[in-house]
Amino acid sequence: MWGDPRKGPLLLVAMIVAALPLVLPNTFYFDVAIRIYLNAVVAVGLNLLIGYAGQISLGHAAFLGIGAYASAILTSRYGWPPVAAMLVGALGVAVLAFVVARPILRLKGHYLAMATLGMGIIVYIVLVTESAWTGGPDGMAVPAFGAELVGERRWYWVAGACLLATIWIACNLVDSPIGRALQALHGSEIAAQVAGIDTARYKVKVFVISAVFASLTGSLLAHYVGFITPQLSGFFHSIELVTMVVVGGMASTYGAVVGAAILTVLPQLLSTFEGYELVVFGLILMLSMIFMPKGLVPNLAGWLRRS
Amino acid sequence: MALLEVRDLDMVFGGVHAVQGLSFEVAPGTVYSVIGPNGAGKTTLFNMVSGIYKPTRGRIFFDGEDITGKPPHALARRGLSRTFQNLQVCMNLGAIENVMVGAHLKLSQRLLPAMLHAPWLAKADDACREEAARLMHFVGVGRYVHAHASSLPYGALKRMEIARALAAGPKLLLLDEPAAGLNNTETREIDTLIQKIAASGVTVVLVEHDMKLVMGISERILVLDYGKKLAEGSAAEVRSNPDVIVAYLGGA
Repeated sequence: MWGDPRKGPLLLVAMIVAALPLVLPNTFYFDVAIRIYLNAVVAVGLNLLIGYAGQISLGHAAFLGIGAYASAILTSRYGWPPVAAMLVGALGVAVLAFVVARPILRLKGHYLAMATLGMGIIVYIVLVTESAWTGGPDGMAVPAFGAELVGERRWYWVAGACLLATIWIACNLVDSPIGRALQALHGSEIAAQVAGIDTARYKVKVFVISAVFASLTGSLLAHYVGFITPQLSGFFHSIELVTMVVVGGMASTYGAVVGAAILTVLPQLLSTFEGYELVVFGLILMLSMIFMPKGLVPNLAGWLRRS
Repeated sequence: MALLEVRDLDMVFGGVHAVQGLSFEVAPGTVYSVIGPNGAGKTTLFNMVSGIYKPTRGRIFFDGEDITGKPPHALARRGLSRTFQNLQVCMNLGAIENVMVGAHLKLSQRLLPAMLHAPWLAKADDACREEAARLMHFVGVGRYVHAHASSLPYGALKRMEIARALAAGPKLLLLDEPAAGLNNTETREIDTLIQKIAASGVTVVLVEHDMKLVMGISERILVLDYGKKLAEGSAAEVRSNPDVIVAYLGGA
């Protein structure tokens, strides 16, 4: 049962999600848990692109930002129902990702990193300058998702359900012919092509999938927080998302979840280091990469198997 | 009709003519070998036939269809598989998954059933896994069915690549130096394996350095030298060809 990632580990995560509200003392902790879950959704999606298919993206916060602003603008200015706004935002992101993916994903390594970085910066600049729509650098308020869905304690269950669904979908995908094709093009692009895998098409596919995960999360985050700024789509947020994947463990869905948890909680824990928290944060990341280059979860799993 | 026909093929890298005015035909159901010294253009020829390189000039026909310049994945769809001299193995996957990758086109590539773990897709994937295990036994690496690709020795990886190519159910199998880096016993085993594959109805085109291997199992042999055809014919014809003797043993 533990060998199938859809069963044992997923059940474990489900139990944690179900039990956590019993021990969380106040809404501050609920807020942290919600942010972990939502970040984990993005990280699991991004891990399909980075960890499994072996393509880097330094611009994924842009998709998250577009999803957030699509929800914010369509609901506040046009009175759309939040679900419709969220789906239209995701559709827009899917189209955008599809259009930019083909030229971008022909690049490799540093060049791919630079191109996705550039795309992210363009989206950020557009969100900052189109202030008539977006409120500019000051951001904009977002209406509630619904009259019932207010407060951390209700959002907690929405975020938790989203996380479980995302893990289940990602594990299914990885364990399917499509997931194998993605890993194959990571392992040897030529071998994949010769086996009949249209590698360009698969790279586009996984890029779009991971972008849609980010967009949907962006929409939820916007409604949950109630206020968004362009920082959501900024370069540092993109880096943060990649770091979640790398620290937790590439090509490990649960690694991405753990990475998201660490990257969300660590800054809070380190706030006691007043002023030096970023230094300590960086140090922890460096050390974890030196001693666990494959990422936390794959390295721990390897140690457990050996002992 | 020939299964594979190469007509006036040219490949130029910078100023170097790697392949020059090359024409030949491969009849279905045969083992056809391409030999020649290092740098004769054998692997370049393979890379053109399998769609990795686009030829500078000339045409390639497969099963009567012009496939010149088509990408590798499009050729796989038409029934052309290959292995590599310098292994192309996915070291991030298990050995059996590598073989299953070869059967990619036989499985559904739809996204939604994959995301939702549709029972029919899971069943098809299980069947694919069984077939991959059968192929691994067929090529003689059955004991690595549960191993990770990165833990396999070199000789086993070469066979695993053959299993991967067979998993696609090809009409034409291109083997690029299947015996390179193997010892005598292993070479003899590969020899037997190629004969088994040919007997199963798959046409085999072989690039090989090892003359002994080629002579015993090929219906026809093409000798390349500096990108040009030096000789073509049966093993006996090629062996007694004076040009071939000069190229291989050095001129008097």
